[in-house]
Amino acid sequence: MQSSDETTVYVAKPAVHDSAHKHVAGEARYVDDMAEPAGLLHLCFGLSSKPHATLDGIDLDAVRAAPGVVQVFTAADIPGDNDVGAMGLGDEPLLAADRVLYVGQPIFLVAATTRDAARRAAKLGRIRYGELPAILDIDAARAKRDLVCTPLTLRRGDPQRAIAQAPRKLASRMRVGGQEHFYLEGQVALALPGEDGDVLVHCSTQHPTEVQHVIARVLGQANHTATVELRRMGGGFGGKETQANGFAAAAGLVARLTGRPAKIRPDRDDDMVITGKRHDFDIGFQVGFDEQGQILGVEFDYAARAGFSADLSGPVTDRALFHCDNAYFYPHVEASSLPLRTHTQSNTAFRGFGGPQGMLGAERVIEEIAYALGLDPLEVRKRNLYGATERNVTPYHQTLRDDLLPGLIDELETRSDYQARRAAIRDFNARSKTIRRGIALTPVKFGISFTHTPYNQAGALLHVYRDGSVQLNHGGTEMGQGLHVKILQIVAETLQIDPAQIRLAPTSTGKIPNTSATAASSGADLNGMAARNAALAVRTRLAEFAAERSQVPPDSVTFEPGFIRVGGEAIPFAVVVEQAYQARVQLSATGFYRTPRIHWNRSEGKGDPFFYFAYGAAVSEAAVDLLTGENRILRTDILHDAGRSLNPAIDIGQIEGGFVQGMGWLTTEELVWDKQGRLRTHAPSTYKIPACSDRPRDFRVHLLDRPNREETIYRSKAVGEPPLMLAMSALHAISDAVASVADYKTCPRLDPPATPEAILNAIERIKP
Amino acid sequence: MPQASRQEIRFLLGGEVCIVRDATPTTTILSWLRDTARRTGTKEGCAEGDCGACTVLVGRIEDGNLVSEPVNACIRFLASIDGLQLETVEDLGGAHPVQRAMVEHHGSQCGFCTPGFVMSLAALKRTNPQPTEGEIDRALAGNLCRCTGYAPIVAAAMAAQPEPAHMRLDETIVAKLRALDDGTSLSFRRDGARWDSPRTTDELASLFLAFPDARLVAGATDVGLWATKLTRDLPHLIYVGAIDALRRVEQVDNTIEIGAAVTYADIEPIFDGLYPDFARLIRRIGGAQVRSVGTLAGNVANGSPIGDGSPALIALGAELVLRRGDERRALPIEEFFVAYGTQQRWPGEFIETIRVPLPAATTRYAAAKIGKRFDQDISSVCAALRFELVDGAILEPRLAFGGMDGVPRRAARAEAALQGRSFNEAAFEAAMLALDQDFSPIDDHRASASYRTRVARNLLLKFYRELAGETATRLEPDAYVHAIV
Ligand code: FES
Ligand code: FES
Repeated sequence: MQSSDETTVYVAKPAVHDSAHKHVAGEARYVDDMAEPAGLLHLCFGLSSKPHATLDGIDLDAVRAAPGVVQVFTAADIPGDNDVGAMGLGDEPLLAADRVLYVGQPIFLVAATTRDAARRAAKLGRIRYGELPAILDIDAARAKRDLVCTPLTLRRGDPQRAIAQAPRKLASRMRVGGQEHFYLEGQVALALPGEDGDVLVHCSTQHPTEVQHVIARVLGQANHTATVELRRMGGGFGGKETQANGFAAAAGLVARLTGRPAKIRPDRDDDMVITGKRHDFDIGFQVGFDEQGQILGVEFDYAARAGFSADLSGPVTDRALFHCDNAYFYPHVEASSLPLRTHTQSNTAFRGFGGPQGMLGAERVIEEIAYALGLDPLEVRKRNLYGATERNVTPYHQTLRDDLLPGLIDELETRSDYQARRAAIRDFNARSKTIRRGIALTPVKFGISFTHTPYNQAGALLHVYRDGSVQLNHGGTEMGQGLHVKILQIVAETLQIDPAQIRLAPTSTGKIPNTSATAASSGADLNGMAARNAALAVRTRLAEFAAERSQVPPDSVTFEPGFIRVGGEAIPFAVVVEQAYQARVQLSATGFYRTPRIHWNRSEGKGDPFFYFAYGAAVSEAAVDLLTGENRILRTDILHDAGRSLNPAIDIGQIEGGFVQGMGWLTTEELVWDKQGRLRTHAPSTYKIPACSDRPRDFRVHLLDRPNREETIYRSKAVGEPPLMLAMSALHAISDAVASVADYKTCPRLDPPATPEAILNAIERIKP
Repeated sequence: MPQASRQEIRFLLGGEVCIVRDATPTTTILSWLRDTARRTGTKEGCAEGDCGACTVLVGRIEDGNLVSEPVNACIRFLASIDGLQLETVEDLGGAHPVQRAMVEHHGSQCGFCTPGFVMSLAALKRTNPQPTEGEIDRALAGNLCRCTGYAPIVAAAMAAQPEPAHMRLDETIVAKLRALDDGTSLSFRRDGARWDSPRTTDELASLFLAFPDARLVAGATDVGLWATKLTRDLPHLIYVGAIDALRRVEQVDNTIEIGAAVTYADIEPIFDGLYPDFARLIRRIGGAQVRSVGTLAGNVANGSPIGDGSPALIALGAELVLRRGDERRALPIEEFFVAYGTQQRWPGEFIETIRVPLPAATTRYAAAKIGKRFDQDISSVCAALRFELVDGAILEPRLAFGGMDGVPRRAARAEAALQGRSFNEAAFEAAMLALDQDFSPIDDHRASASYRTRVARNLLLKFYRELAGETATRLEPDAYVHAIV
């Protein structure tokens, strides 16, 4: 199809987000902005206050009697299956029936005439609990070894022997904290009842199809009775991949049972207390290496807090293993996962989907080796990078087909002036009492494709109207990542019409069925191809029609901006369209795409789960206050591979935003549960995502402009998730600054989040 | 003498007079905008004043000019903008220079935070057309964006052109605001709750004496949350922000007197000249939206163990003037904090003024706060130290901490260790040791007890190093703009 050096008019160009003008004017509509229908019921969940208990009595009299309350629902009112879990395993009730499994689990649902009335009433439930022992963290869960799903082991070679025979070896553990998504727009769903039991649900979700299926399941109805629609989300980051299910099902349930429209928009605290987050991990490893720092064999175990149910913990912990190598070749390797059940929120997808935690393990191994040998960690990194033709097989037996990283790292090292700055920093540190600085370069290699192979498909639906304007549906959702503008560019390019002539309709399960979540960075790869295929179908029909009409061969018909050139004559697109309509040519088409070549055998731990890899690297410089542990990232240089970027402006935005989000995860963002299992950091007052002044003041982001070697849409690469992991450079730069207190002789073992307290602890631990 | 009172809330929405009769005392600006006025451009991200998605501008007349300040609509009660101007993103029209710059620089991704950023930037550019990066950071500290990483927003802020003259209707607005004020004060009851906006301190004093169970509210940066987060009933609110006399800062002899309605934003530049560390501290309290309405007196009055104003003021030897009816008494501020949740205040008594002594040539002062995040984070520990340096000796040390106990308080043993000692590291080391006997802090989600203990000690060392002339001791963004090379 497209050759990699094809000149383009609309794609591979910076273009502003299609909603930018509406965003700045306050005109972009989110679900809660829609005009409220008459008779609307506002919903609020009544939540469990115990982490693990039997429900011995649910007294809701006071709730029912509260002002404004119309009806109160419990598990007994659910006509279908009481299960909103992504996997349909029956482990995630919409409303807890006989036991609760975490603090914050919904037990009952209040419908009232105002949101305030519903919230006030929801506090009045009197629940009698029979308390049971609760497992609240990874350590306790590891002892119990209750898994939410089957663990995975990847193995290649004989790591035990390789480690035993290695000249040097070490073993250690690290902790990696979780992360709250903190999408600015909280969860929200608005359900409208229709005829014959139908419901139409407007919902802020990354996965309308799953929401549709869950609503149908809860109502005990066929999928075709539920339609889920959305225009945009105010952020998702994985937090609306499965976590919208319960809210949407609640709205759908009430709409169906009362015949009235119903809306649920939980308060921020409820949102944070109810929904799952990024998994925190406890990672153990043993590594054998040589005196040059080359890894000879390594074993990892990745234990994760899955929470009370499976949700996506299986695929998330799988992906952690897929990235236990990050960018490094392991001659002998074994890595296994441990998705542990705890009595806390059910952890879920979050940008990177376990990959970031997997990579942190690899980078800690590198760091340990570097300190053990007295080398610059960058040197150790380089010595372990995958090779081009040998040393190029991953722990899951996929052979890498490209090797962009060595060149990319060299270029970044030069651009960022890494060596000179490193020397200057050492110099500064020797003189500075209170403030120390550090620098680090970390790479990223991220596998692109859903590891659940069936998800790698997409559909689109394109209508050309008689005036030449185009309406397009595709299965992807817009959460700010710029998917829609990229698709507009793709369709504009294919039809050679101005993007302003194309309208993207809201995502709807009624238009595109059986879609995959907009996740795994796959949005543009999959839906872009599907949209292009739909546009190509119409384009081919128009070309054939025009050729026949002018009696020229179809392949002589060309499309140029705004016109179709037929036998030397340039006819406006709209004119050809009208002529085609008159001639009864179909002006509507569907498009479909499935990713070629990928396969994955989980039980053997072998396959080619990824179509390709996206690469990048970052250099960060940090400053640390030795007295308080406060820190600041001063400068970050990034070189990132987005293939032949569909939209460099959007992609740079994804890189900058992903980096800062990752930096938050690794520094200021700390989730704290108390001994009663209550999440204490449940609002922005206590949970600190980066603020404006936390960004690196000096932030230099460049794209590696190299077409994807695979036949992706215009040879671009996925960009949603990989940049988040560039933030590992920030953690390692802080670690480098900390290491100065022990003259770089001891690995600081600084576990994220590197809060001031964690940093001060590391300083005091290694200080001679 | 009480003024004639009025029951309906009157303000300017954009440029038009708006009269609201059906709001309750705890109706927030945000819920009124979204639910009643159907202006949905203003978003709710947290309903607790921490994310800035709900940022609107509130305009008032100051020295004859219109001053527009960013405010969190989610926790500010509608009744408190009686007599003022409210501007929302819809009022900017879509082609405002800040809006254009945000589009051109790709400053929005999901767009949910965007209206709030636009409003904060519009406010900044009105007073400061050419802001530095540091000033932009500070202006945006109360706006969270989860998508962009902020860089493009800062770029937009730098690039945005000044507001063209035809968009500025200041004089018209000032005239309209003047016309709105007929001297009446707002007082109404709805849904079993009452609101009063007295216009004079005397009126306030007699009202509060008559209704000692009423809740006084200024910026509502805390009380607002009681309504939105805790759905707590607030049967009677008395708003002090409409009393011009309480918004004054005056120098009387060797003291500055700060009225109870003086905001952080008002006081910051004044402290910047007197006690720069106090100003540094204030710049890190909340975001611009909180500093524009939150008051020092409110921070003290709510008695929080972690309010940053209190330790800073205790170390300064500040005094509260408490008023009850017509009686006034002065109280050293540290005596105000009795125990967690209990203050030395009679029913019907309120803080009228805070008196802060001016520095002498011998005065040394240092203050710092520690949080997980530099901006807009509640301190895990806040420390402040004042002493007189006379002939190389430390005299009258006053060392106060927040976050170390149920109340902000002085560290008596550490002070004793400093008193009379030569100003050198050994004296501070002795104080650091003594500090362990002064406090036994607790673990919570902000920090562990052991971190609090260690960092409190280390802050003393930091103060020593700074007062001894060491530079480069803090990681303030402006101090550390430059990376190496
Ligand atoms: S909604 Fe977050 S500050 Fe108002
Ligand atoms: S653009 Fe999404 S939160 Fe700022």
